[in-house]
Amino acid sequence: MITVNINGLEVKVEKGTTLLEAARFLGFPIPTLCHMDGLHSYGACRLCVVEIGEGTKARLVSSCTYPAEEGLKVRTASRRVIRTRKMIIELLLASCPQSKTIQDIAAANEVKQQRFKQEYEDCILCGLCVRMCEEQMMAKAIGFRGRGEKRSIGTPFDVQAEVCRLCGGCMYVCPVCMLRCTYNEPEKAICGACTNLSPPCVDKEQYADMMCYMEPCVACEINKK
Amino acid sequence: MSYIIEKIVKKHNGELGGVIAILEEIQSQHSYLPESALKTVALETGRSLVEIYGVATFYKYFSLKPRGEHLISVCLGTACHVRQGSVIAKEFEDLLGIHAGETTLNKEFSLETVNCLGACARGPIVVVDGHYFSNVKKAQVSQIIKKAREGLDSTDVKEDQRIFAIKLRCPYCNHSLLDPNYLIDDNPTVRLTISFGRKHGWLRLSSLYGSYSIKSEYEIPIDTIVDFFCPHCHTELVGSSSCPTCNAPMVPMAIYGGGLIQICSRRGCKNHMMDLVNSICINCENRHTCKFIKPEGGVWYCEEYK
Ligand code: SF4
Ligand code: SF4
Ligand code: FES
Repeated sequence: MITVNINGLEVKVEKGTTLLEAARFLGFPIPTLCHMDGLHSYGACRLCVVEIGEGTKARLVSSCTYPAEEGLKVRTASRRVIRTRKMIIELLLASCPQSKTIQDIAAANEVKQQRFKQEYEDCILCGLCVRMCEEQMMAKAIGFRGRGEKRSIGTPFDVQAEVCRLCGGCMYVCPVCMLRCTYNEPEKAICGACTNLSPPCVDKEQYADMMCYMEPCVACEINKK
Repeated sequence: MSYIIEKIVKKHNGELGGVIAILEEIQSQHSYLPESALKTVALETGRSLVEIYGVATFYKYFSLKPRGEHLISVCLGTACHVRQGSVIAKEFEDLLGIHAGETTLNKEFSLETVNCLGACARGPIVVVDGHYFSNVKKAQVSQIIKKAREGLDSTDVKEDQRIFAIKLRCPYCNHSLLDPNYLIDDNPTVRLTISFGRKHGWLRLSSLYGSYSIKSEYEIPIDTIVDFFCPHCHTELVGSSSCPTCNAPMVPMAIYGGGLIQICSRRGCKNHMMDLVNSICINCENRHTCKFIKPEGGVWYCEEYK
């Protein structure tokens, strides 16, 4: 067992527990975006910053990836943390203002406007979909491609991946697209249900355990009637 | 193709970081990474295709598009940039009529800009097919293109001391295989008869040891195993050994003065070996004191000169 000190409160946690888990156990709220229970932490969004250490050695780390250390002093809402967190939210808003998830996070953290060049991206590269596909769906159909400003999420060669289970899990977890309809590019579509008006899943034998996240699914709705 | 790729993957087996090395080797053989190759690598390494694809698209060095015969890389790293590297790149673009990252329509040249070639003091640097040009001026650009067209490797063959001519004969009928009337790399060629599939014709190899230049009557598709025959006695040239890299049979040819040279019969596999009964002058320790050294190199019985 390891003892950490969070905002002045001592807590004993198992070795390997992250600061985020420890803080949430004590009830200190830390906003997160790219973290999801059941998936590995990836540390992409930096929204979960906390301050560790003291004096000149104090520094900011992402709590979802930082393992608890014996005697560590953690502050989850110091002035520096709040300022940084707001800045990160502003940057997120600058790239994907249309995302309901990001809007909610901004509202909860009292960010009302951002001061950067406004863009309208459809992905913040949080990697949730990639981890969902790999760790929960065991499909590894999508992943990161390219690097720098060309980095993107998608299937190899931009064609529907053979290993995709058409579960829709990737779209379900995505904080930005929620459900991205790819009807206008059917060959790249993940499900393509709306183009052929028949759900891709029902012909599959293991229909019952498809773990489908496509909701609402156009094909499903039409078939019901 | 997939055979060679499987071979490459097997060679790097067991290393977690092996993917980059595998892709590098595939690219050096094919000049780019074909889709089928990535699929084979994914299958053989047990990784997902998207993982391999991610690595291949992450590094600028890898190309997923077929590239031209010659690859020109212009350095735009900081040091080369301040020395007008971008002017050189622009000049290449204008002369070749393509943008950086593109390939000419006739598939002759591919142009790319790179971010540092590690020779900053001698910038601007241009690399063509692995040959470095330093302190490049705008006026030299057209010359560099001309040199690349003529083939940088063949000019090197003349200058490179390690490459020398050898004289070959048929190991069965002892007739010379050299054809003085047909030159490759400015030297008489080795003439053989080949057959593959339904095609039957001649093949001429450069007689320079270390040069891979060949000419043949019919285009041989990469990866084909070809049967070789002596043009005089029509005996099939086939030995008992097979290629250590790709397992295709090796083709033996005798060297005047003793020794045997073996080349791999698979097109695209550059494996070859030389078994020497006696030393060759160019590698001989006594070549500085020997009175009989053959300046053009070759394989000789030293006794011949005693
Ligand atoms: S729909 Fe396909 S890509 Fe998306 S999570 Fe499911 S298997 Fe992965
Ligand atoms: S597509 Fe959505 S879930 Fe996937 S990385 Fe982009 S924002 Fe995250
Ligand atoms: S939740 Fe920790 S970096 Fe995104």
